[in-house]
Amino acid sequence: MSNVSLDAHDSSGTENQPQDTGRRRFLTVATSVVGGVGVVGAAVPFIGSWNPSVKAKAAGADVEADISKIQPGQQITVIWRSKPVWIVRRTPELLASLASIEDQLKDPNSEQEQQPVFAQNRYRSLKDEYLVLVGICTHLGCSPKHLKDGAFEEYVEGVPEGFFCPCHGSKFDMAGRVFQNVPAPLNLVVPPYKYVDDNTLLIGSSEGDA
Amino acid sequence: MWKNLMDWIEYRLPIMRVANMHAIQYPAPRNMNFWYMFGFLATIVLVNQIVTGIWLTMSYNPTSEGAFASVEYIMRDVDYGWLLRYMHSTGASAFFIVVYMHMFRGMIYGSYQKPRELLWLFGMFIYIALMAEAFMGYVLPWGQMSYWGAQVIVSLFSAIPVIGQDLVVWIQGDYVISGATLNRFFALHVIALPLVIVILVFLHIVALHEVGSNNPDGTDVKRKKGSLKEEEKTKFKIHEYYTSKYDIIDDVVPFFPHIVLKDLIGFSVFLIVFCYIMFFNPGMGGYFLEHPNFEIANPLKTPAHIFPVWYFTPFYAILKAVPDKLGGVIAMFAAIIALVLLPWFDRGKVKSWRYRCGFHRWNLLIFAAVFIFLGYLGGTPQANWKIVASQILTIMYFAFFFLLFMYSKNEKCKLVPARITE
Repeated sequence: MSNVSLDAHDSSGTENQPQDTGRRRFLTVATSVVGGVGVVGAAVPFIGSWNPSVKAKAAGADVEADISKIQPGQQITVIWRSKPVWIVRRTPELLASLASIEDQLKDPNSEQEQQPVFAQNRYRSLKDEYLVLVGICTHLGCSPKHLKDGAFEEYVEGVPEGFFCPCHGSKFDMAGRVFQNVPAPLNLVVPPYKYVDDNTLLIGSSEGDA
Repeated sequence: MWKNLMDWIEYRLPIMRVANMHAIQYPAPRNMNFWYMFGFLATIVLVNQIVTGIWLTMSYNPTSEGAFASVEYIMRDVDYGWLLRYMHSTGASAFFIVVYMHMFRGMIYGSYQKPRELLWLFGMFIYIALMAEAFMGYVLPWGQMSYWGAQVIVSLFSAIPVIGQDLVVWIQGDYVISGATLNRFFALHVIALPLVIVILVFLHIVALHEVGSNNPDGTDVKRKKGSLKEEEKTKFKIHEYYTSKYDIIDDVVPFFPHIVLKDLIGFSVFLIVFCYIMFFNPGMGGYFLEHPNFEIANPLKTPAHIFPVWYFTPFYAILKAVPDKLGGVIAMFAAIIALVLLPWFDRGKVKSWRYRCGFHRWNLLIFAAVFIFLGYLGGTPQANWKIVASQILTIMYFAFFFLLFMYSKNEKCKLVPARITE
């Protein structure tokens, strides 16, 4: 034998050993597939452990809010899933003004799914008087500021009240609808909620939910 | 005795062989100028970050309840804790300064061109890993800017259609940025990414030494075996790994001590500046340590202005310039990917800007100016003129690559000298 291989396991070029390439290919593919399944299986706990823990999920449960003490025009903030949820009691004048600015809005009719079905109306609420919003900008997650008594006019002429995001200048009206030509793509999110009684809101689930 | 011990080790571990091959007998072009010290400086800053980082973990508490207080504890109660923290925080900014200089060096002298494409790629991977590392490190003090910066960056992923929202929850480990997020960022910041960066730096250096260092003339100092007369070859002792494959022209010096000593001069200047900032102005007027970060994270109160730290602001300006969420995110990542693909945008054969057309020189200088100006726009409060300005500059940023691709094919270059000129 002129071809002496240094590697005793290297059988290539050794003519006197019969080679079954079909069998070899089968074994290569079979071990690769089994190994691949093993890798995928082993990855499951590593990827799964990044999911919210049971504790985090429990902290995301529904919260109740007492709305009996909110004065007209006032805003309160409650925490739901560690996010600020605003409850604003809107005055009848404010509700009346919402129709007049709709030509300046991106999505005045709330066609994008940013609210439960019950809130797909001009006031984006269950009862017109109370606005319930997740107070996080739909651009990059900052918390917009509630500017009222004319303070909002600095940003939108002729509109005295609204929400302004200090991060990148997004603007929303008093139904949480986004204005045109701002970075935020969507209206503010209306969380699922329902009235337990006239004075109590339950944020986290709505009528018809289990 | 000593020699016997060294021989005993060398027989079992090739310490001297590696030292000779990669330093003492490594052929470095003799005209490497001050632009060539930034790789060396980056390595030193990396060591600084690792050592001070290890010491900081000894007193840091990676929980949302304890993180902010533990940083105050390090600053006030741990002996030399303030120094270790400022070494780490100043080092982070210094890292990006030297890396940006290092990258610009590569751009002006064409160090990304054939055969150094893979070297450039590894460099860019280091840069990307470094950005992730710096971002997660900035979250750890759990101040207002840590929290809201993380909020902004993580929600970039929500722009991805369909899976975006779920992906964000998965990254955060909660419905918002929370202690779970802080904990995993800590793990990634102190273990996973440093490992990745060290491995990439190793590959970067191996790839560099395989193809050899470029130089300000872009002239190749390695010639075809047998093409040089004996008197044209270098008189220095060069490792046979290189001389067995190439003739090395008489334009090289051994990396050690010649280049190392030059780098040490640069290092001493660097240290003067570094120590001045670290001791007298570690916050750098709110640019290295932002003022809102001296207040503990509050998920219900957004700071008036949110900026990333200065080294991210050029890309942040591009993100904000596009009036569409997904479009902005795509533009921002495209800005980084364009840099990664630079070796393929440049179709020129001449490396150094010294011998390329005047248009190329202006293109590079304007690109650098655009990058700095974008950084200014991304790091200062919103204003209407800035949106327009950042849109124009974003177009100019991408125009650099487009123009380079267009003119580099049939560019009129000067004749590259056969030997190093200085």
